[in-house]
Amino acid sequence: MGEKTMLRAVVLSQEMIAEQIYSMWLSAESIACSAVPGQFVSVYSNDTGRMLPRPISICETDKERGALRLVYRVAGKGTTEFAACQPGDTLNLLGPLGNGFPLERCPEGKTAFLIGGGIGLPPMVEISKQIRGKVQVIAGYRDELFLTEELAANGQLYLSAESEALTASYTRSHGQGSITHGNVLDCIRENQLQADVLYACGPTPMLRAVKAYALEHGIECWLSLEERMACGIGACLACVCESAEKEAHSQVKNKRICKEGPVFAADEIVL
Amino acid sequence: MINTKVTIAGVELKNPVMTASGTFGSGMEYSEFVDLSRLGAVVTKGVANEPWPGNPTPRVAEIRGGMMNAIGLQNPGVETFGMRDLPFLKQYDTAVIVNVCGRTTEDYLEVVERLSDEETVRMLEINISCPNVKCGGIAFGQNPDSVEAITREIKKHAKQPVIMKLSPNVTDITELARAAEAGGADALSMINTLTGMKIDVNRRTFALANHTGGVSGPAIHPIAVRMVYQSAQAVKIPIIGMGGITCAEDALELILAGATAVAVGTANFRNPRATIGVIDGIEDYMRRQNVEDIGSLIGAVK
Repeated sequence: MGEKTMLRAVVLSQEMIAEQIYSMWLSAESIACSAVPGQFVSVYSNDTGRMLPRPISICETDKERGALRLVYRVAGKGTTEFAACQPGDTLNLLGPLGNGFPLERCPEGKTAFLIGGGIGLPPMVEISKQIRGKVQVIAGYRDELFLTEELAANGQLYLSAESEALTASYTRSHGQGSITHGNVLDCIRENQLQADVLYACGPTPMLRAVKAYALEHGIECWLSLEERMACGIGACLACVCESAEKEAHSQVKNKRICKEGPVFAADEIVL
Repeated sequence: MINTKVTIAGVELKNPVMTASGTFGSGMEYSEFVDLSRLGAVVTKGVANEPWPGNPTPRVAEIRGGMMNAIGLQNPGVETFGMRDLPFLKQYDTAVIVNVCGRTTEDYLEVVERLSDEETVRMLEINISCPNVKCGGIAFGQNPDSVEAITREIKKHAKQPVIMKLSPNVTDITELARAAEAGGADALSMINTLTGMKIDVNRRTFALANHTGGVSGPAIHPIAVRMVYQSAQAVKIPIIGMGGITCAEDALELILAGATAVAVGTANFRNPRATIGVIDGIEDYMRRQNVEDIGSLIGAVK
């Protein structure tokens, strides 16, 4: 795993790709070149009154350009500031942070589910580019689609959405069966899909259901978790999750999402 | 040649800049960004007699000019700390100050005694001011009689100098400062966080699972300056000042108000190298202002 670096990154592009969802490419060579899929970066506000970095997962990297892409939801004042950044503007980044998804668990000849819910979808883009096994992306949306082109580029993309209006209009233009009205598991069942290994990122209720599904079907399961963070490097103990066994570092049933995670084997953690 | 050395209870520090307990772990994670040997001291995260799991999440929230936390003193316990963290810290040329927490007086004493023969540990900082745990912590720190009593008890057992870390969540901090001094404290550190509350208006609930949390960061800096100043007038023992330091100017304010040393906390989250910035900035200031000895700045504003 690459060394963490702190650098001043130059914004290369900024685009709104859905309501409140933005895509930003940044020039950040050392981070882009050492990052693995599933890792994240801490993005610091340029407002000195904002003390905490925002942890944002890496959507994809372009090692030739030394650039990385962040796809993020505007959720508060920090991300509102990031969304207003234009090409040429700069932001402090620290990364790559945390541990990525173990893609070697799905080599050629095996099949993977890449399951993303909402703003948990972005890291699936880079996984789909790098994984050797067969890719089936299960994308769950609420009421607007995004990143569908990228997610379909390296495998089979299956869509699902909670919104009836969205599924109805998508079905009208793309045909029956092109999207599932429901959640990611409804989508897997409707399409009668199977896999050997599963990688998932999304809201906790989705991860909980995915974990139960994987256990029931004997699928190896890796989950990426999210929590409020402060330091982002494992010192402050803000972003912990409950672990199944006593953790060596903490000596309690508690793991640091930023350090031992954000990706965990499903049976390591209690959701 | 400028002299940035300061001495607290006979322990010489190469400069007055420390890390504030709880923001820096035991330095392991930050050592990727900071040469720990440049620091005056590393103050560790609170260590208890046994592992503590801490509070439910979310444990942190941002506020304008700062943050709130309710970690709940999660720590691996003194055994693991002694076997893993102290040998790590021993590699560096910096003073190691261990922050000690507990639920009862006996809990504190167990940690103090376990650490008494550890040569790596230069001083003990006793946390009687954490606002985020139900027992211990602040329960000891808000009443002058109990501050004096626990200080006296710890002094009986401690081999290293004892720093009592005081809470700002009191009517008159000088009463607590005097009580700790009367109990035999070698030094004081102040201020711990101020108890606050943040409400998430979108979810219509508390931002922190613990409902309340400790406010830290630049927003509380003037309160720290005032309390250090008042306490410096009230006691003779040295004071370690902390509260919202982000740059050398903030640190110098506390020193001029009467602090012998300072600790950088929340700023580490905004910039992992914040401590080094403060150290460099103090040296620059001394050169610019022709200050030969940092000692001449301590409490210089009366």
